[in-house]
Amino acid sequence: MADKMMGKAMKRVEDPRFITGSGNYTDDMQMAGMVHAAMVRSPYAHAKIRGIRAEAALAVPGVLAVITGQEMKDAGVNGIPTGWLHPGIKLPPHYAITFDKVRHMGEIVAAVVAETRQIAEDAAALVEVDYEPLEAVTIGSKALEAGAPQLHAEAPGNLCFTWSIGNKDEVDALFAQAHKTVRLQIRNNRLVPSAMEPRASLAQYAKATGEFTLWTTSQNPHIHRLLIAAFILGIPEHKLRVIAPDVGGGFGSKIYQYPEEIIVLYAAKKLGRPVKWTARRSESFVTDSHGRDHETVAEMAVDEGGKITALRVDTVANMGAYLTTFAPAVPTYLYGTLLAGCYKTQKIYCHVTAPFTNTVPVDAYRGAGRPEATYLLERLADTMAHELGMDPAEFRRRNFIQPDEFPYQTPVALVYDSGNYEAALDKALEMAGYKALRQKQEELRKQGRYIGIGLASYLEACGLAPSALVGSLGAQAGQWESALVRVMPTGKVEVFTGTHSHGQGHETAFAQVVADELQVPVEDVVLIHGDTGRMPYGWGSYGSRSAPTGLSAIVMASRKIVDKAKRIAAHLLEAAPEDIEHADGQFRVKGVPDRSKSFFDIALMAHLAHNYPADLEPGLEATHFYDPKNFVFPFGTHIAVVEVDPQTGKVKLQSYTCVDDCGPLINPMIAEGQVHGGIAQGLGQALLEEAVYDESGSLVTANFLEYTLPRADDLVQINVGHTVTPCPHNPLGIKGIGEAGTIASTAAVANAVIDALRPFGVVHLDMPYTPEKVWRAIQAARRMPQAAD
Amino acid sequence: MAEKVKVRITVNGVEHTDEVEPRQLLVHYLRETLGLTGTHVGCDTSQCGACVVHVDGQAVKSCTMFTVQAEGSEVTTIEGLGEVGRLHPVQEGFWEMHGLQCGFCTPGMIMAAADLLNKNPHPTEAEIRHALEGNLCRCTGYHNIVRAVQYAAEKMAGRSPVGAAAQD
Repeated sequence: MADKMMGKAMKRVEDPRFITGSGNYTDDMQMAGMVHAAMVRSPYAHAKIRGIRAEAALAVPGVLAVITGQEMKDAGVNGIPTGWLHPGIKLPPHYAITFDKVRHMGEIVAAVVAETRQIAEDAAALVEVDYEPLEAVTIGSKALEAGAPQLHAEAPGNLCFTWSIGNKDEVDALFAQAHKTVRLQIRNNRLVPSAMEPRASLAQYAKATGEFTLWTTSQNPHIHRLLIAAFILGIPEHKLRVIAPDVGGGFGSKIYQYPEEIIVLYAAKKLGRPVKWTARRSESFVTDSHGRDHETVAEMAVDEGGKITALRVDTVANMGAYLTTFAPAVPTYLYGTLLAGCYKTQKIYCHVTAPFTNTVPVDAYRGAGRPEATYLLERLADTMAHELGMDPAEFRRRNFIQPDEFPYQTPVALVYDSGNYEAALDKALEMAGYKALRQKQEELRKQGRYIGIGLASYLEACGLAPSALVGSLGAQAGQWESALVRVMPTGKVEVFTGTHSHGQGHETAFAQVVADELQVPVEDVVLIHGDTGRMPYGWGSYGSRSAPTGLSAIVMASRKIVDKAKRIAAHLLEAAPEDIEHADGQFRVKGVPDRSKSFFDIALMAHLAHNYPADLEPGLEATHFYDPKNFVFPFGTHIAVVEVDPQTGKVKLQSYTCVDDCGPLINPMIAEGQVHGGIAQGLGQALLEEAVYDESGSLVTANFLEYTLPRADDLVQINVGHTVTPCPHNPLGIKGIGEAGTIASTAAVANAVIDALRPFGVVHLDMPYTPEKVWRAIQAARRMPQAAD
Repeated sequence: MAEKVKVRITVNGVEHTDEVEPRQLLVHYLRETLGLTGTHVGCDTSQCGACVVHVDGQAVKSCTMFTVQAEGSEVTTIEGLGEVGRLHPVQEGFWEMHGLQCGFCTPGMIMAAADLLNKNPHPTEAEIRHALEGNLCRCTGYHNIVRAVQYAAEKMAGRSPVGAAAQD
C-alpha cells in the first residue's frame, strides 16, 4: 500500500483541464437552437414604473420575446424567498422581474430574448420604460430616520428586523464599574465579491417530459432546485435538474437564488429553446449580492488587570433592497455569536438593526459576519492595549481562553470545543520576529519612516451545525451533508458529494482522504459534484463547511464500505468478519497474512455475487448523511507589517505572517493556497475596496477601474505557519480553512495601518485606507491648514 | 446591423476564413465562432486580463481588439500553448506550484506570464508582480502565481525546479 495521502501536498487533479483551457464553465456551453437573454435594468435606485413599451425592441429582427414582471406574475411565477427567518422579520416580495417599482440600480424591469447576444443587448436598449424617479436612501442608518424614502409597504420605516444577544443590563453594570473603557465608531465598508467568472445561466426545457435543466454558476445546486421548484416556479422537484459545472470562484456570491436563473427557465419553456444569459461585469457589480456594510458603535470594558469584562455593540446592518438567501443570518448568528473571539469576556451585549435601502442586496461574502465581528473586536483590543500602555500581544495573551478550559461556554451562545490560542500567537510572533520588528519600528520612526505592526487573533465558527440548532435559530435549511461512495466492479471508486468545489480543490483533497480510508491508489478515486441529477441531496459549499461537514460524510460512507468489504472477505476467506483486518490495501485474516483478498477481489465479488454471503446485499456502495454535533472552531494569529508614506498617504504591505489552526491538514499546498487568497481578499477590504453609492443611489464604483481589487504588486510572499488542534467531534478532527485568511487579515492590516499612524495621533480610521484618506488623516492630525480644502 | 466582413486569421497554427461583424471583439470570435472557450471574459473594461492571448507573438487582451484588426495575424490561445504531456513551462509551473484555484483567470494569467518570460527570461519577483498587474486573480493572492512564473523561468533556463508537491 502506498503512503498515507492525507497530509501530502499532492498536485491537483483539477488543474490539467484549467491550464490547457479545457475547463467547462457555464458560458462555455453552446446548444443547438440556443438563444440569448439580455436584461433591461433600472438606471434609477428608486422609481415607480409607469409603463413599459416593447414595440421597438420586438421589431428588431431576431428578437423572440420581451418578458415583463407582470407577465411572469400572471403566469404564476412567485417571488424569491429568503432562507433564514427571525421573529418579526418583514418579508416584502422579491420578484425576478419587478413590475411596480424599482428599488436598486440594476434591478431587472424586463428581459429580451433573441437569436444572438448582440441582438438581445441591442434590443434591450430599445425597451422604453417610463419611470417616475423617487428619492433614494443608500445608508442603513439614514434609512431608519423619520422621513426617509420608504422602499416596501410591508416594512414600515424600512425596518426589516432587529436582533439582539446578551443581557444589556448586566453589560451596562460591568461598564459602570469598569477600570477603563474604549469606544469605536466603525463603518465596515461595503464590498463587491467579484469572483472572476461572471454569473451565467443556461436553461433548457423538454416539452415532451416537462423537464427543466438549469446549468448555472452555483455553490449549491440543490438549494437552487428546492427554491425554484417548491417556491418560485411551483414545479415538481424531480422535473428540475440543476447543474453547476466548473465555477470560477464564488466567495458567497454564488450561493443565492438570483432573478436571472428564474428568467432563463421561464423563457426556455415559453420559447421551447435553450436560453443563455451571461453577466457583463458591469451587471455583476449591480446584481451580485454585496458583502459587509455595517455601521457600528463598539465598546470594550476592562478591569484593573487588563482583563476584558464586557463588550457592548450596536450595529446597523444594511440589507439592501431585498433579502437574499441567507442575508438575515449574516449580521446576527454569524456575527453577534462571534464577539467573544478568543477571549474570556464575561458579558457581551449586541444589538442589530437591519434596514432596507436602495442598494444591491447584502448577503454572505467570504467570512460572512465573522470578519465584521473579528474586525471590531481586534480593533477594540488594539485600542484598549494602547490605552493601557500594554503591548497588543500581551493584552491578547492576558485575555485568551486557556487550553484546559474547553469545552468553553461563551456568553454569546457558542460552546467552543477546543483551542490553543496562545500557542498560535507565540508561533506567529516568533515567525514574524515581533520583538525585532518593534525595535525596527522605533528606529525607523526616528528617521521619519512609519511602519506599523498589526496583530489579529481570530476565532472562526464554521460548518454551521447541528441542523436542529440552526433550525431553531431560523434556518430554513438543514446543515448536514451527504455522500455516496460507489465502488465499481474493477475497484475504481466514484465519490458523490453534496458540496461544491469552485476553486477549493475538493477533487484532489477529498480523493486523498478516500484513498486512505479504502486503501486504494488515489488515482482510482474520482469526486463528482455539482449535479442534482447525480448526487444525493446536499446543501452545498459556504461557511467553510465542505471539509468538516461534507468530507466527514464521505469518510463515514467510506467506512461503511470497508465494513461491508470485511464481511465479503470473511466469507471468501472462511473466517469471522471480526477476524478480518484491513491493512496495506488488503483484507486479511488477522495473524495469517498470506490469507488475504485485495480491494479489487472484493469489489468484483460484490458485483458478481457468485460466492457471496447469503445474508448480504450485492454491490459495494454506501450513502451517509452526516449531521455534525457542533460547529468547528479554527483560530490563529496573523501579523501584518505595513509602511505608510506620510507624504503621499500610500500604504504598502511589507510582510505578512499567519499561523492558522484548522486541525490536521488534508493537503497543505491547497490549505495554504486558501489562506493566501483569503488574506488577499481581507487586505483588499482594508486597503482598496469599497462599494460607494452617490446620493441618488447610483453605484459609483461599478467596474474594476473604480472598484480596486488587489493586484499582484499589492501583495508580498506570505509567511504561512500552522498549529494543529484537532476538532474533537468529527472523524478526522478537521476544521474549515476557506475563510480564515479573510477573517483575520482585514483586522491585522487595519491594526497595522493605525499602528503606523499612531505617532501622528490618529487612533481610528474607517477602511479602506486609500492614500487620500490616510494623507488627510495625517494632515488633520498635524492640524495643517491644507488639511481642509 | 453592419455588413459582415471577411477575415483570414491563423489561430494555433490553423488558418481560418470567416465572415464577421466589424464590431465583433476578437475574444468573441475565438470563443463563439471557433469554440476556443479557454480564453475567458471576466470584465468589460479591459481590467481583468482573463482574455489575454498572443497576437503575432505579443500578449494582447483580446477584448481590446476587433476581430477584423487581427486580419492576417497569427493568434495563439491557451489551447495552442501546450497540452497535457507537452505542457509549456508556464503551464507546468502553474500546476506544480498551485498557481490556480478556480481556474478562470488562469489562461490569461498563463499567456501574460509566457509573454513576460519571452521578453525577460530571468525576471525578479518585483518584475513578475509588475508584469502581471493587468491580470486579476481573486483566489490565490498571487503568492503561488509568482512562484509558478519563477518555476517556469528556471525550467526555461534548462534547470530542474522543484514543485510545491515535491518540496513537501
